[in-house]
Amino acid sequence: MPDHTWGDAWVSDKLIEIKGVKHAYQTGDGPLPVLDGLEMSVPEGGFCAVVGPSGCGKSTLTRLVAGLMKPDEGEVWLQGERVTGPKSTVGMAFQNPVLLEWRSILQNVMLPLEIVPTRMSKRDQEARARHLLTLVGLDGFEDKRPSELSGGMRQRASLCRSIVHKPDVLILDEPFGALDAFTREDLWQTMHKVKAEEPFTGVLITHDLRESIFLADQVIVLSGRPARTQYVMDVHLKGERDLDQLYTPESAEALNILRHQIKVAQGRAETDEAAA
Amino acid sequence: MFKKIAIPIFALVLFGVFWEFLVWVNGWPNYKMASPSDLWPAFWKFRWLFLEYGWDTLWRTVVGLLLAVVVGVLIGMVMGFSRTMRDALYPLLVGFNAIPKATVVPIIALMFVGQHDFNTILIAFLISFFPIAVSVSIGLSTLEPEYRDILASLGASKLTIFWKIALPKTLPEFFGALKVAVTLAFIGTNLMEIVEPHGRGLGHLFDSGKISADYPLMFAVLIALAIMGIMLYYVVVALEKVFAGWAERSPT
Repeated sequence: MPDHTWGDAWVSDKLIEIKGVKHAYQTGDGPLPVLDGLEMSVPEGGFCAVVGPSGCGKSTLTRLVAGLMKPDEGEVWLQGERVTGPKSTVGMAFQNPVLLEWRSILQNVMLPLEIVPTRMSKRDQEARARHLLTLVGLDGFEDKRPSELSGGMRQRASLCRSIVHKPDVLILDEPFGALDAFTREDLWQTMHKVKAEEPFTGVLITHDLRESIFLADQVIVLSGRPARTQYVMDVHLKGERDLDQLYTPESAEALNILRHQIKVAQGRAETDEAAA
Repeated sequence: MFKKIAIPIFALVLFGVFWEFLVWVNGWPNYKMASPSDLWPAFWKFRWLFLEYGWDTLWRTVVGLLLAVVVGVLIGMVMGFSRTMRDALYPLLVGFNAIPKATVVPIIALMFVGQHDFNTILIAFLISFFPIAVSVSIGLSTLEPEYRDILASLGASKLTIFWKIALPKTLPEFFGALKVAVTLAFIGTNLMEIVEPHGRGLGHLFDSGKISADYPLMFAVLIALAIMGIMLYYVVVALEKVFAGWAERSPT
């Protein structure tokens, strides 16, 4: 195993690298361990989905990668640099689109550009925001208020905001979790469209196994709390895909394996052999 | 627009007619219940005093209220951002707010003897800062963590997050509290002017009406206070429209 802490030299091609991360929250009843020996790495341009039982520490993982928290043990590396705090090369979107009600959709999308140092002129910034809104199908809604948009449209706007500053790493924490099934599938396809035009390295937290294989190149199953990496699957689908590909025998098999792994993580199935 | 003005005016006229009718049908003398027709002569007779004292009451109330806004927002910020400070300050504030301000008036009047303007402003402030502090602290402490995270994950400072997100997001709660505070501040000003009369303000005019058994004058002061209260209230509503109009959803 290469020694990543060795000077400035970066010997791995992994853009996101999580090594032996342990973390516990301090509660009134003593420490509550949520992550215990988490391993994960995503190559540049890769898209990794993380699935696992409810409350297993998936959101903690996003906060660690975003530099909003420090792990008790282990290391988080982005682009060959150890994460010690928030970085402007990271974009985030959540299940709650958290749009600011007092701003128009366009101003909401441009919000990160007010924080991140950028060489873009005001006009270029606006042009970029407008371009992204068109890309996700929100042209004509630039001057609307968030309250005038549907849930799916708000999530699209939130997605634009998370990539407007051209982040290298995109962290998506169940962004489609609160949407109805059809809207969700629409947004999956929008995600592929966005990724084709605005490449990023992504981590997607989700509860939806179909979503995980439809969007990601790699699916990581976390065990129940405290979470460790239980299972890693390379997705057989490549590049942009269409919804029909979710209903092939290969996809059914992949989903079955993942379903079983989730059962194991929940403690409802004993071993890998039990499924066979 | 016409309807928006006509309906409340019509309601006011109807109220006046009903009041006049009630007094007339019961045959109440004006020392029991003055009727609207008694009020105008009272106003006219003391019109200059109404203007002069009305101004006293108004500016003291406004200054007390502004002080309440500044201090209330500061206390609200401290309590909103720090759990420890909230736990420490909350019982103190609630206890202080529970004390009837009528009992505080003589104490303040003794503490700052002769400082009438200052005393009056102080009571207006003391009575009205509580709802502002509470609403700002609740607004800030209930800010969903994701709102913080969208900026914090880009490396924004706490001040930037406060300025760009926490502050505007708290404005609707703040204005809700300000509407309560503006009427409370009036109560505070008049409490001081009536309980510790010092020859100024509408409260003093009310008191002289009582001493000289001029009941229509007392009623006229009440009406004058109500009119000023309505005016100040709608100033706050107008400010709310400008700064937090986004919180109002268009009916769909």
